[in-house]
Amino acid sequence: MDLSAINPVLLIASLMVAATPLLFAAIGELVVEKSGVLNLGVEGMMIIGAVAGFATAVETGSPMLGFVAAAGAGAALSVLFAILTQYAQANQVASGLSLTLFGLGMSALLGQSYVGIKPPQMLKIDLPLLSDLPVVGPILFGHDLMLYVAIAVIAAVWAVIKFTRIGLVLRAVGENHDAAHALGYKVVRIRIMAILFGGACAGLGGAYISLIRVPQWTEGMTAGIGWIALALVVFASWKPWRVLLGAYLFGGVTVVQLNLQAAGVAIPVEYLAMSPYLITILVLVILSADKSSAPAALGRNFHAAR
Amino acid sequence: MKLTNLMTSAAVALGLATAALADDPTKVGFVYVGPVGDGGWTYEHDQARKAVVEEFGDKVETVYVESVAEGPDAERVITQMALQGADLIFTTSFGYMDPTINVAAKFPDVKFEHATGYKNADNVSTYSARFYEGRAVQGTIAGHMTKSNVVGYIGSYPIPEVIRGINSAYIHAKKVNPDVEFKIVWAFTWFDPAKEADAAKVLIEQGADVILQHTDSTAPQAAAQAAGNVITFGQASDMAEYAPAPRVSSIIDNWAPYYIARTQAVMDGTWESKSTWDGIGAGMVGIGEISDAVPADVKEAALAIKAALADGSYHAFTGPLNKQDGSAWLAEGETADDGTLAGMNFYVEGIEGDIPQ
Repeated sequence: MDLSAINPVLLIASLMVAATPLLFAAIGELVVEKSGVLNLGVEGMMIIGAVAGFATAVETGSPMLGFVAAAGAGAALSVLFAILTQYAQANQVASGLSLTLFGLGMSALLGQSYVGIKPPQMLKIDLPLLSDLPVVGPILFGHDLMLYVAIAVIAAVWAVIKFTRIGLVLRAVGENHDAAHALGYKVVRIRIMAILFGGACAGLGGAYISLIRVPQWTEGMTAGIGWIALALVVFASWKPWRVLLGAYLFGGVTVVQLNLQAAGVAIPVEYLAMSPYLITILVLVILSADKSSAPAALGRNFHAAR
Repeated sequence: MKLTNLMTSAAVALGLATAALADDPTKVGFVYVGPVGDGGWTYEHDQARKAVVEEFGDKVETVYVESVAEGPDAERVITQMALQGADLIFTTSFGYMDPTINVAAKFPDVKFEHATGYKNADNVSTYSARFYEGRAVQGTIAGHMTKSNVVGYIGSYPIPEVIRGINSAYIHAKKVNPDVEFKIVWAFTWFDPAKEADAAKVLIEQGADVILQHTDSTAPQAAAQAAGNVITFGQASDMAEYAPAPRVSSIIDNWAPYYIARTQAVMDGTWESKSTWDGIGAGMVGIGEISDAVPADVKEAALAIKAALADGSYHAFTGPLNKQDGSAWLAEGETADDGTLAGMNFYVEGIEGDIPQ
């Protein structure tokens, strides 16, 4: 056992990278759930984003265009979910699950000609003085642009939900869609916009995996991160900053576990693999005593005539 | 993933059902653990499947199901293949061992071939390649090339196959570099690019400048390339897109001759159950070209080992060797027998850490 081999600075830096896809996917889903819609298709939208972002980046040579395409592709897939649940009044759980399956299959098909190709490199932000600072440099100033974008999205969502009228309307729709409708808000339209936002964020998260974290395209490469993102939203009790905390915690578990193994400390992997879900269950129990809980209309379909 | 598998296998079943009406070609089924586009293990099995098609043309019909989870799901997929009239089924991952044996008992007329396992039956053959011979070559290069004297090793599951590889690589790295140290990380997956990339990054952060992997994707190669000054080896497939660096050489699985021979045997009615375990000599294990990133003298040493392994003059596990706990295993000049190798569940002396249970 040699714990000194673990460099805490590098550990934190790589933990932030590992957590970023989770951050994107979870903050998108948080907004969707705040509007009262439960979209279980996060995994499917992520993988579609991963393949679309990868393909675009390879074809155009620009990772940034790849991310734009990924957001577009994620949102496009979520349109399907929006039509099913908002117009056709389909069951949200079933629609979300089918979205995941569809996304996994579709991405495998689209990605066939991109296996084994290397994507263009995303440049790291290099701030001449700041990036060279000890400790703080690698942790705060040594990353790629998208990692900061993820944190900015969290901050923006928090500010919008807490301080703006739009946020208030979003929450009203999620808490009681009948009352919101009676007040004259377009419940379906608001929910569709939330779903699109969630799709775009999930797409970005997927592209972060295929363009930066791995970086390559392989089938099924999101490997369950979308599901962890869903658990994370519950863990965060629908609060943006807790999503950040939770993502670093959940994302950190993998990195820490591998670090411990390499340093010779053997913790059975099963414990660490189940820990995010265990924590989520615990939080759910604690939440039941807390005031902050799920949006009241979560998962319930709305129809103006009923 | 499970439901996608269900859908793929349903599609395959449909294909088989329609095909059954046609003339009667020999049907060969393949069960893959990863996607055919993994660029590693499953990719090479699928290349061999294509070689079978090329060899026999219309006389053979192949079907495959990819990304089949090890365990009960596999049993369902194999049963499905047998029910739809496959004459010969290759199950290409260690975890398909018991499912293969179970299904084989129900279909005595269907021939089964299980890769890397150790359970045979009248209609179940096993086949594997002596990958550890390739690991000996890699270990030699790794021992010479490492400057930090730390070699990182990404293990998949703690099964004999993988442990043999670790031991073989370690023995040969140690032989040329007494100060070498192995850091081993178990990923507990055959295929998870994100996790493999993380594992490689962690090892690099902890000082490793050589990464050996026993997982199937090219993600560790990408991580090594991003880090710079780290060398890697292609696993199962050549992974030449990462040559000349970080990938400096590779182990290439070549299943085609075996698959063709076994399909031929089924056609001729001469198929019988046996255990095949071939290495570099028989061509089942190939060593990918050693790139120019490796100095000439190191390349020469590696090729010398390869030649000695190929002609049988040298065995990768030759005494004196002790087990990790210090107890004697092989005496001077003694070589390991296949039984011990097939069930290897211990590290050799010098490797630190425990094998997870």
